[in-house]
Amino acid sequence: MSNWTVAELVEELKAGRITRRQFIHALLGAGISMPLIVSILQACAPVPAAPAQPQAPKEEFQPTRRGGGGLLKLLWWQAPVILNAHLSTGTKDFDGSRIFTEPLAAYDPDGEVFPILAAEVPSVDKGTLDREGRWVIWRLKQGVVWHDGQPFTADDVVFTWEYVMDPATAATTRGNYTNIQVVEKVDDYTVKIVFQEPTPIWHAPFVGGNGHILPKHLTAPYKGQNSRNSPYNLKPVGTGPYKLVEFRPGDIIIAEINDKYHVPNRPFFDRLELKGGGDAPSAARAVLQTGEYDFAWNMQVEWDVLASLEKYGLGRVINYPGASTEHIQLNYTDPWTEVDGERSSIKTKHPFFSDPTVRKAFSYAINRKLIVDELYGAGGEVGIYMVFNPKKYVPEGGRWEFNLEKAARMLDEAGWRRGPDGVRQKDGKRMKVLFQTSVNAVRQKTQAIIKKDLESIGVEVELKAVVADVFFSSDPGNPDTYSHFYADMQMYTTGPGSPDPQAFLEKWTSWQVAQKANNWAGRNIERYQNPEYDRLWNQARTELDPVKRAELIKRMNQLVIDDVVVIPIVNRNGQAAAKNNLRGMDLTTWDSNLWKLAYWYRTS
Amino acid sequence: MTKYLIRRLIIAVPTLLGISLILFVILSLAPGDPFSELALNPNVPVEVRENLRRQLGMDDPVHIRYIKWLTSLLQGNLGYSFVSRVDVTQLIWQRLPTTIFVMGTAYIVALLIALPAGIISAVRQYSWLDNVATTLAFIGFSLPTFFTGLIFILVFSIYLRWLPMVFTTNVQATGPAWFLEVLRHAAMPIMVLALFEGAVLTRYIRASMLDVIRMDYIHVARAKGLSERAVIVRHALRNALIPVVTIMALQIPGIFTGAIVTEQIFRVPGIGSLLISSIQLKDTPVVMAIVFAYAVLVVVFNLIADLAYGVLDPRIRYD
Repeated sequence: MSNWTVAELVEELKAGRITRRQFIHALLGAGISMPLIVSILQACAPVPAAPAQPQAPKEEFQPTRRGGGGLLKLLWWQAPVILNAHLSTGTKDFDGSRIFTEPLAAYDPDGEVFPILAAEVPSVDKGTLDREGRWVIWRLKQGVVWHDGQPFTADDVVFTWEYVMDPATAATTRGNYTNIQVVEKVDDYTVKIVFQEPTPIWHAPFVGGNGHILPKHLTAPYKGQNSRNSPYNLKPVGTGPYKLVEFRPGDIIIAEINDKYHVPNRPFFDRLELKGGGDAPSAARAVLQTGEYDFAWNMQVEWDVLASLEKYGLGRVINYPGASTEHIQLNYTDPWTEVDGERSSIKTKHPFFSDPTVRKAFSYAINRKLIVDELYGAGGEVGIYMVFNPKKYVPEGGRWEFNLEKAARMLDEAGWRRGPDGVRQKDGKRMKVLFQTSVNAVRQKTQAIIKKDLESIGVEVELKAVVADVFFSSDPGNPDTYSHFYADMQMYTTGPGSPDPQAFLEKWTSWQVAQKANNWAGRNIERYQNPEYDRLWNQARTELDPVKRAELIKRMNQLVIDDVVVIPIVNRNGQAAAKNNLRGMDLTTWDSNLWKLAYWYRTS
Repeated sequence: MTKYLIRRLIIAVPTLLGISLILFVILSLAPGDPFSELALNPNVPVEVRENLRRQLGMDDPVHIRYIKWLTSLLQGNLGYSFVSRVDVTQLIWQRLPTTIFVMGTAYIVALLIALPAGIISAVRQYSWLDNVATTLAFIGFSLPTFFTGLIFILVFSIYLRWLPMVFTTNVQATGPAWFLEVLRHAAMPIMVLALFEGAVLTRYIRASMLDVIRMDYIHVARAKGLSERAVIVRHALRNALIPVVTIMALQIPGIFTGAIVTEQIFRVPGIGSLLISSIQLKDTPVVMAIVFAYAVLVVVFNLIADLAYGVLDPRIRYD
């Protein structure tokens, strides 16, 4: 560019073929001083209305054309094995699919709906959303084509619904579509979704990771029983920013730019490679230390290791607010008495956790801050609530306290006094807890910290660690699973998987109690029963006023803390590693890391 | 000979049946299913998971599932993967070239190191060359591959920055540049495996050579006035290699099934890493297929090794 004259550069700038920054760099390189450049800009170039603040780091990408970004290398330490999101069993597969197929809309970091294949977000004002929550109308973007050149229309949306709902398809995303009565095609670019009952969560179907639209013209023969034979499970044809070149399940995805992508001037990269497999620490090294890859996902690595790798100056760790919480559950039922062939039966009462004062005392005895500082670092914040994101569902002024004296005093008041061996007892019962979790280095360290504090106030603690495969399995015959909860306390991570916590909050309703009758598939593990909570949940399910509904959710969120059903420890962040010059990812916990892949770019 | 072959093949059938039965039972006793990640997601109702299990036939009793698996195996069908929903055969064929390339090259390199090293240390027993070779061989087979692999990464990828730590089959060059790039990616896994295999082979070759060069016919050969080179290569080595060849034949199944640990460390997309990820995902049909194929290969190459013995050493008879 150094051979160009100033006049030529001004022409280029006016035509939008170079950016202002490139213009300034070129002139600076030619030895022209900054004040003079500014005056040239003001005099000659009709600059777009953007505020002239070159110092402010601008995240917003203003590309002048599509492509030109070279190769983007992504590293996932679990490898995608299938590229049809509706048949996917893990995050890695949803991520891999997201490169090629897209939903009508995605969730942005605030949990708001962001249109992708839709022309706009439905709203009551535009007449596309029923005030009563019985239907929603999606207007589709026009002129979108599949990778094979066929037009994308309302037929594809209707077909996707039929595909997912066919039980023989065995779609894993089916849960998001079960409350739909019918999906109708209004015209080629309009679909109407009619719900079985009024629902505030009109955005559950076709939005985010579970909402990928499939091409009817290719997938129609592979619905139901035949879905597994579809070649498009491994060779997706979508509307996404990149087209498939090659996919080897469990190893690598190779893709190239989609020249007909429906967002102008995007995407930036010409080719893309997603390599899978290995382990998280070495993936962090490949980005932060050797720089072989541009981006690595899900950095489940000890925080001090990540911090030391960042010092190489090649890349950075991106912490973004998550939605899941490492927490302790207290058992409401007695794990040591067997009734009708099951322990922790709903017919029993826990010998001391049935007393609210004892539960409160335990919540004062957990040193959350120490655990977060020592073991999680930038990976999380001290947990106060189970739903901590989006903020509109979090009660204001939430507080937590670590106070061993107060805890001891409360236990005294509850009648649990120290016996001759230092362990508290009441009516001949000793205060002994079995505290279980899965095998995991951080969890065992957490257990040790908690054990020490509880023992200092006269509680005998027995620790148990169960192999994760067993602990999290749904095997009704295995007494060591988290859902059997044959212990007094247990710890693991959970949280709402979508910005609307309704489905998540059902886990403390009385009809969800995990027990033998439902093969321990119920999600109310703590066996908490509170008619007030049940009422709030039912009310929130059909409340259409977003403000009133947020109020109901806040009350549920507060109730499980006030009743000490759970003791949150860490609200965990999402973590990824990226090269310093990679921008535009806008990571969110509500959607795939690749939700905004079309907008990713690299600075020079 | 033919009789012996037929007898061995007939014995192999119950052996393989037994292996497959034990494998199947162990895998069905292992906790969890491929949908454990879905189980923790509150947006996935229990019915969805139950429907999945039913559609994939995972709710049938073990003996029914085993009989189904066996009948389709007899028809040459290894079943399909629960997570990829494609035929297992297809997955395995995709991985085989990489595994054969990496493992095969590693064995060749190992042999190229072990043969001269083993011969020299036997012929010049207790010389400094023998001491060096012996020391290196002990280091080689004492260090597990996961350790040498990490050391190699530390030295060559992180400090020296010569070689990439992530193996890729997606090489964007052509001609000599392509070859060089492939070599750069494969160098570390091949060296790690070759070091280990080479060390083991060196010891075998050395021991076998030492046995042979003390034989009377070697003295006769020397007394005939043959050159030392002819004595070692033509008379000693040929006989010394008989046990070594059988050992190598027994290691050939490993070329097809890959090296689990090494493949995982370097992210080599071979059969070994397919096996380990399938175990992690509880993808039973894939695990069954790979482990059973390994069992078949072991049985077959055992037979080949026994037959090779007879060919190499005419004194052995099979009746």
